[in-house]
Amino acid sequence: MGIPVEQILIQTINGLVNGMILALVASGLTLIFGIMDVVNFAHGELVMLGAFVGATALGVTGNFWLALVASTLVIAAFGAILQVSTLRPLLGRDPLTTILATFGVSLVLQKYALWQWGPSARKLQEPISAQFSLFYLQYPWYRIATAVLSAAIIGALYLFLKYGKYGIGIRAAMQDRVMAQAMGIPVPLLHTAVFAIGAGMAAASGVLFGPLAGVTQTIGADFTLRAFIVVVVGGMGNLGGSILASIFISLLEAYASLIVSPAQAVIVSFVVLILTLLFRPTGLFVPTAR
Amino acid sequence: MLTLSDVHTYYGKSHILNGVSLEVRAGEVVGLLGRNGVGKSTTLKTVMGLVRPSEGRVTFEGREIGGMASHRVAHLGIAWVPEDRRIFRLLTVMENLRTGLDRPGVTEARRAELLDKIYASFPVLAERRNQAGGTLSGGEQQMLAIARAMMLEPKIVLLDEPTEGLMPRMVSQIHEIIDVLHRDGVAILLVEQNVPLTLEASDRVYIMEKGVVRHHAPAADLRANHAVIHQYLGI
Repeated sequence: MGIPVEQILIQTINGLVNGMILALVASGLTLIFGIMDVVNFAHGELVMLGAFVGATALGVTGNFWLALVASTLVIAAFGAILQVSTLRPLLGRDPLTTILATFGVSLVLQKYALWQWGPSARKLQEPISAQFSLFYLQYPWYRIATAVLSAAIIGALYLFLKYGKYGIGIRAAMQDRVMAQAMGIPVPLLHTAVFAIGAGMAAASGVLFGPLAGVTQTIGADFTLRAFIVVVVGGMGNLGGSILASIFISLLEAYASLIVSPAQAVIVSFVVLILTLLFRPTGLFVPTAR
Repeated sequence: MLTLSDVHTYYGKSHILNGVSLEVRAGEVVGLLGRNGVGKSTTLKTVMGLVRPSEGRVTFEGREIGGMASHRVAHLGIAWVPEDRRIFRLLTVMENLRTGLDRPGVTEARRAELLDKIYASFPVLAERRNQAGGTLSGGEQQMLAIARAMMLEPKIVLLDEPTEGLMPRMVSQIHEIIDVLHRDGVAILLVEQNVPLTLEASDRVYIMEKGVVRHHAPAADLRANHAVIHQYLGI
């Protein structure tokens, strides 16, 4: 069975673009898990809320980039409030309680979005409508811009964690919360800040993804599911791993859709998830030696 | 400076501290001896805010600190070097030190000064500054744990079994470091199993048994009269 080289290249670009947006969602999720041991089942809903807030802000300002920044900030602030009100009181309890709490939050947010913005999909107008020729099709520059911007945001996060004053504190708290706090690092505050950063990144990916799909109150659930697969495959709490896993799984799905329909291609990521859990439950992209 | 009066703590239902009272004065090295499981580490953790006392008072420079969040305790000038060292294994040596150094109000000049001082006392840490903490040997990790605590410029260091599992050469190095801190006017509350080291390094010694302080004497007295040590520690 011969697949033309052009198609493979096109799907490579598609996979990378989708992978970068997914990485933006997953890195927030994995950071939150890493520092708080909280599996945030409402993470996809933050993506969805971000997209809606972005659409509203775009309606008001008429500027997509302004809407992107506004939505990121609004949802980051919302994330901080959510963390303080819902997760901080549960810190140190059975992980099940935080799973139930965040799952409850996700249901509330979904229903809120339905009530606030209605069931029909909203169109977020992309800021760049230009296209370029890629073999036999016209490929939108916007998709490339999305991938580049996602990579830039993740890169900034990486630099912050690597060199930033609070970045080192966050990494220390991820390894040993008690010791970090005994070193004078205000760990409860860092938890809130990390949740806000994760929420802001989710909102940014929602706004960036909006023009590619259309915004409904259900887009979050799909992101939650995919981000979870990625976080598990990449190794829980491992930022680099989840970024690699995002790209890896998105590429696999893109290639699979050359052979089967895109709806069936999703199965590939579940297969990877199951294989990972069976044979390398600590994650595919985790260095084995310490 | 640091005072515990009649402190009781529980882990779940087990009563660990049964009314501990002790005092550390400014600049003093105080040893805390006792067999395994008598509550020495819990005493330090209670001071650090990691265990909440159910009864009694913990005060530092006249302020009640019992049950205070541990980052606030650290800001008051109390540093903790835990028994198992708790190095941030994936952080480099330098990053481990920065966890204590990156706090508000530390000027660039002061940072450099603190680092120079630590590197002078622990040259091996300077050599390995870009190496992950988890790759250091046990002795090096102990030095890093002490150095990291020093980055907070503490008034008192809670030192929990610093010589545990170390080679004799390392033990004497730890003893030197305690003396250096003492000369710099830093108070130390030293929990140890190593009795000779504790008696030599300390000004005063408390001996604990089953969650309470049973005996209290100047270290010099205990050095001269070994019967007390034998009575409580069986050595």
